[in-house]
Amino acid sequence: MDWLYILMPISGVTIFWPGLIILGVGVGIIGGFFGMGGAWMVTPGLNILGFPMAFAIGTDIAHMAGKSLISTMRHGKFGNVDYKLGLIMLGGTVLGFEVGAQIVMLLERIGNVEKVVRWIYVILLFFIAWMVFHDVAAHRRKVRDAAARGEELDKNATGVNWASRLHAIKIPPMMHFTAAGIYCSMWLPVLVSFLTGVLAGILGIGGGLIRMPALIYMIGCPTHVAVGTDLFEVMLSGLYGAASYTFKGRTELVAAIIMLVGAACGAQVGAVATKYIKGYGIRIAFGLCVIGCMLSVILKLVQPYVPEYAWLLNSMATVLVLGFVSAISLYITVCMVQGARREIANKRQAANQ
Amino acid sequence: MKFLRSSLTSALFVALVTLPEMAHAAAKAAANVVIVADTRRLDGIMLWWAQMYNDSHAYFTILTIAIIPLIGVVFGLLADLVMNHIGIDLKHRDAAE
Repeated sequence: MDWLYILMPISGVTIFWPGLIILGVGVGIIGGFFGMGGAWMVTPGLNILGFPMAFAIGTDIAHMAGKSLISTMRHGKFGNVDYKLGLIMLGGTVLGFEVGAQIVMLLERIGNVEKVVRWIYVILLFFIAWMVFHDVAAHRRKVRDAAARGEELDKNATGVNWASRLHAIKIPPMMHFTAAGIYCSMWLPVLVSFLTGVLAGILGIGGGLIRMPALIYMIGCPTHVAVGTDLFEVMLSGLYGAASYTFKGRTELVAAIIMLVGAACGAQVGAVATKYIKGYGIRIAFGLCVIGCMLSVILKLVQPYVPEYAWLLNSMATVLVLGFVSAISLYITVCMVQGARREIANKRQAANQ
Repeated sequence: MKFLRSSLTSALFVALVTLPEMAHAAAKAAANVVIVADTRRLDGIMLWWAQMYNDSHAYFTILTIAIIPLIGVVFGLLADLVMNHIGIDLKHRDAAE
């Protein structure tokens, strides 16, 4: 069974390559569907497969850039990418990321920041999950109320509309973002991307997990446009991150290419699935994903308090992340296949008439 | 909005209270490590790739950054062909929340 293993030329480790493809498929589906890079899934996954942590991060970022490009191409054709918004936000994100990284370095001079960062992460994930499910509940209430009046809720109506209050702050220059259908101050996306960038920099993550809900709830993007625009930003920031990590000698391109084979298929499935699932379907699945991520971080956080069970908690965290990735990937794939079947059947029916 | 405000305030409070307590442990300075690819077990394209890594990180970076988007575009176009062949409309969708 030696043919199932490949020697990585830079890191010098031997890796089970089908594992890379499977990981690529899973993260491709989830990334293409939710509009994020998925570093929180891939980095531990690569580490489990045998990569040293530094190479796991660099390789993940390199594959993320390629995968996001594939997903962005697909979402772009659906009209889900607001390029102007993405480019404006990119500036704020990069600046915020650098500020976040400086804050971490400052904290490092004081002492060990790992626990602090993880606690901030948990609080943030809890807040995002609350926001999503509060919104879902509000939307359901609106649907029920409309049904009670014998009406049907507008198909673009949302549960909460916090963004409209932010749109009311008219600091020039005002901008119209066509694909997102938003008219607001240019400073709103700049500020939001700066804040999400700072958080991403502190937490050491790509930021898609924070930026996607921020695009929906703070900027007011429709769900599909938030997914596509976030992917566009992940693609650009991923390329920058890949260049930075590669220059430091921490990227295993061979592994990134093998992962891209799987991620290319997965990204297509994830991106096309958004065509068949309504915005709130995406929001609910995203909220569940955030809860899964939060639980795995909590399991890692409590390990120092119960060292005798550390091995068990560590295994549970890994199983939880991989279980969530598998379950949600399966759900997205089933939705995509069912939707595609319906579409093809309708086309055939129309052609026969 | 009231709950949102109180949640944010609580989160900030917890972070401020726990941060100094957790950040007191001394930080270890990272060791300066030079990573060199071991080319003894490699041959062909893998050997060439590892040698380039050892010779120049700059060339290695330029090539990596050129290859990744190129592969992304190639895979994306291939998938387009497959999906079009299956009969999925890749240009339109119904926008709905």
